[in-house]
Amino acid sequence: MKEDYIIEIHDLNKTFTSEGKSIQVLDNINISIRRGEIFGIIGLSGAGKSTLVRCMNLLERPTAGKVYVDGQEMTALTEKELRTARQSIGMIFQNFNLLMQRTALDNVCFPLELVGMKKKQAREKARELLATVGLSDKEDEYPARLSGGQKQRVAIARALATNPKVLLCDEITSALDPTTTQSILELLKDLNQKLGVTVIVITHQMKVIEQICSRVAIIDSSHIEEIGTVDEVFRRPKTAAAKRLLYSRGEHIDKFTGRGKLLRLVFDGSSTDRPIIAEMILKFGVIVNIAYADTKNIDGRMYGHMILQLPEDEGLVEQILGYLDDEGISYSEEG
Amino acid sequence: MSLTFQQIMKLMLSGLLETLYMTIISTAAAYIIGLPVGVLLTVTDKDGIKPNKTLNTSIGFVVNVLRSVPFIILLVAVMPITRAIVGTTIGSSATVVPLVIAAAPYIARMVESSIKEVDRGVIEASHSMGATTLQIVLKVLIPEAKPSLLLGAAISITTILSYSAMAGFVGGGGLGDIAIRYGYNLGKTDVMLVMVVVLVAIVQLFQAFGGWFSRKNDRRIR
Ligand SMILES: Nc1ncnc2c1ncn2[C@@H]1O[C@H](COP(=O)(O)OP(=O)(O)O)[C@@H](O)[C@H]1O
Ligand SMILES: [Mg+2]
Repeated sequence: MKEDYIIEIHDLNKTFTSEGKSIQVLDNINISIRRGEIFGIIGLSGAGKSTLVRCMNLLERPTAGKVYVDGQEMTALTEKELRTARQSIGMIFQNFNLLMQRTALDNVCFPLELVGMKKKQAREKARELLATVGLSDKEDEYPARLSGGQKQRVAIARALATNPKVLLCDEITSALDPTTTQSILELLKDLNQKLGVTVIVITHQMKVIEQICSRVAIIDSSHIEEIGTVDEVFRRPKTAAAKRLLYSRGEHIDKFTGRGKLLRLVFDGSSTDRPIIAEMILKFGVIVNIAYADTKNIDGRMYGHMILQLPEDEGLVEQILGYLDDEGISYSEEG
Repeated sequence: MSLTFQQIMKLMLSGLLETLYMTIISTAAAYIIGLPVGVLLTVTDKDGIKPNKTLNTSIGFVVNVLRSVPFIILLVAVMPITRAIVGTTIGSSATVVPLVIAAAPYIARMVESSIKEVDRGVIEASHSMGATTLQIVLKVLIPEAKPSLLLGAAISITTILSYSAMAGFVGGGGLGDIAIRYGYNLGKTDVMLVMVVVLVAIVQLFQAFGGWFSRKNDRRIR
């Protein structure tokens, strides 16, 4: 059976030309997003994430390639047809982009006014939406008096006003504190389940993807490096670019000046919470240095990764690697 | 023989009414022209929502030319047009014509700079919701720029006021006319002083009111 894809991107290229110079920002992108899923796109700043998401609603016209949304070839539409098509694609932004001179309620009314809905009807609908995002008591407030999280809720309500099939979210939690990020992500997940709206999440934060996405694409300097379930991609990244991205959180192993080999251990939840490192130290009577660790214990299983500095003794290293193999822990040597 | 206090006050009052008449009518007319031209300048800019280089440069050119002609020269140069429209070249009604011609391009630039302050993100969001160019202009650009537009209006109105005083040189009526006729031509310094003080007072008043009204209408603060 053919998969039901709501968004399909085929051989997409995007080149910006300014002042005679041209830079290719997206290079041969192919992505298919399933109806009803929460799909993540992660990459470092400047990787081309925003451009990619803007190509989905044709705010940016691809230089080459095709974009389909809900079976409609976006790249073949006229400007007028595009405006109509965009009504079924909601978009949310890092900086909220609310109308500052309108109240929360009137902000939500805005897309409804654009489609010519009667004022009374629009207000009714907007009230319902504000209730959905938990802001009924802020109807008459102007954005300047709302917190970041509240502004993003208004923006979400606004994006949902025209009953879109897709929600494009470009770094929507990047300007929010961790607690607020949590609540916004929960809201998104909730909306996805209740309304069945497909959500595309663009971010540079792994936590965001881990929390709500079912599948993820890794984008690195204009290329899609990997696509798969979050579990597959995050636990066992295959490409160098993906590893670089996923393992780059706050670690500075280059500052580490020991002489022994650096070994990266990856915990993918298959090992239990037995103190493996401690057992290893006892077993071989060696001292290993933990250069970096970012692991967490979920339901008695260990996830994350850790960098060990091994002793210089080659024989001992052999034994340690053997032990890790026996324990079923995947590892790789760090350059 | 010098004028009595009553006589000076009578003069001042008639001058004030003429000045206000010229200023208000000219500002209104200049906005009717300047606002759409300013919007057009913003919209057709290369970073605007509907870039159009030819249109943008041609409008920009006309605006710049009109802006660079000194008002006192414009005043004389447009006299044939004034005569054709108003039937005379003296008096406050006649002054309205050059005032509008001078003020409209000025206002267009004021409007342009106000609208350019509108956050690009909001415009992008409007595009993402399928807004047309006209909808963006009417529902986003102008309402979002409102506080800045109001502040610009206060500046424009005081500029037009001072231009109107200059028209006194060619018998344009109003406070400036009186100041020049009595003060400069007849050497009655006290009359001139009263007119100038009143002019300064209205400029202050307009400016203060404009600032207050702009802030009152700005939902970004508080
Ligand atoms: N309109 C544009 N003109 C020229 N270059 C652009 C434009 N938009 C984005 N870029 C460039 O494209 C690259 C990717 O940008 P972007 O998609 O915003 O990345 P990300 O969202 O991943 O940070 C950057 O190098 C940026 O400078
Ligand atoms: Mg971005």
